[in-house]
Amino acid sequence: MAETKAITLPLTDEAIEGLRIGDHVEFSGVIHTARDAAHKRIVTMSDAGEELPLDLRGQVIYYVGPTPARPGQPIGSAGPTTAMRLDPYTPRMLGLGVKGMIGKGGRGRAVREAIQASHAIYCIAVGGTGALLNRHITSAEVVAFEDLGTEAIRRLEVERFPAIVVNDAFGGDLLESGRRQYRTSSRPVPIGGGGA
Amino acid sequence: MREIEAAAITETVARLAVESTHFLPEDVEGAIRDARETERSPLGVQIIDEILENAEIARERMLPLCQDTGTAVVHVELGQDVHVSGGYLIDAINSGIEQGYGEGYLRKSIVEHPFGERTNTGTNAPGVIHTEIVPGEEIHIGFMPKGGGCENMSRYQNFLPGAGREAVIDFVCETVDLSGGNPCPPLIIGVGVGGTAEKAMTIAKHSLFRKVGERNPDPEVAGLEGELLEAVNALGVGPQAVGGSTTALDVFVETYPTHIAALPVAVNIQCHSARTKHAVL
Repeated sequence: MAETKAITLPLTDEAIEGLRIGDHVEFSGVIHTARDAAHKRIVTMSDAGEELPLDLRGQVIYYVGPTPARPGQPIGSAGPTTAMRLDPYTPRMLGLGVKGMIGKGGRGRAVREAIQASHAIYCIAVGGTGALLNRHITSAEVVAFEDLGTEAIRRLEVERFPAIVVNDAFGGDLLESGRRQYRTSSRPVPIGGGGA
Repeated sequence: MREIEAAAITETVARLAVESTHFLPEDVEGAIRDARETERSPLGVQIIDEILENAEIARERMLPLCQDTGTAVVHVELGQDVHVSGGYLIDAINSGIEQGYGEGYLRKSIVEHPFGERTNTGTNAPGVIHTEIVPGEEIHIGFMPKGGGCENMSRYQNFLPGAGREAVIDFVCETVDLSGGNPCPPLIIGVGVGGTAEKAMTIAKHSLFRKVGERNPDPEVAGLEGELLEAVNALGVGPQAVGGSTTALDVFVETYPTHIAALPVAVNIQCHSARTKHAVL
């Protein structure tokens, strides 16, 4: 098993500097959740010049819509959702100061370039492990867009939350290089492959 | 003629919703365990370990395996000698979905108007319900909470009638390549060949109720399944698309007679959280 890098949040430029694709990391500290509807609303508000419900500078955004918490628990099952659906909004989010994103699957070319240009990172958590990831979330609180239900923005405190760096600040793309490394097929990778 | 109470159907569907979303079927977990032994990528092995640990935590702590507890896809085989009393079959199923998703603390992911306001129905109903009339006096209910990420990677194409099995293999490989990590590999891949557009997709979806390793009884189709599994795993996509030798756990192919002008091919992808559960009334 590869070495695990412990990262204390907020994510600093120094920490980003030291991360490379394929790194296994464990985040501890505060992250915020947002998926499709919240992204759409943030960008719409920003376009209209309205004040955003939270300061996104230096933030790590986790693409998740959890199951309802059972009584006495902070959150339910909470694994990542498909990042590519957030691609249309992501360069804007990076422009608003977001430094890290956690989702599943690959990112499009424009987002990969924006990640590099913004000196940010994109990580995946293992999709379909919402029960395991639940154990790394110690508190959850809705801080904006409560009407969106599971899609509301939540402030999560996480402890040793496991993730893998897929796009680093240097233009690396793990899904592309990983597929090349293990491909035994003679088929060409189709344009837009790699989840790109 | 046998009478079955609508209320019994509701109770059964509610139970299937909760059990299917918390307990990974043994055949699926076994296949993931087997894949751990053959996976070439160390990172891939680490991901597989997390998937196995997740199944254990879900089971022991009654936490859903995945936060996406899906569209409730329900496949009903209704014996023609059954009379459903005390309510309408479809209402009974939807009541069961509402009950199971409520009591089980499952995520309600269904919105009312797909291109309009997208207001959540708040119940996860309605389900996508397929009914089939079969001989006998039993009701078979298959429940599949189908995640949005993998369902979004479904594809359909009409090929020239003479394009043959190569066209099927190319299309399935291309679909898996293009979908990358979005559908949460390792995958189970359902392929429907023949019929009409809706028939091809329906049989592709229905094939996902099979157990891992269960081959199509037609040797020619079973041969294609084996060839597809090999071709897909040679793509190198790997667990969560980080690169690796385990892209799919199995490929199921179903066929149906088709028109002289047609070769419809549908691909319906299932993530590794391949949750299905059956009941017989």
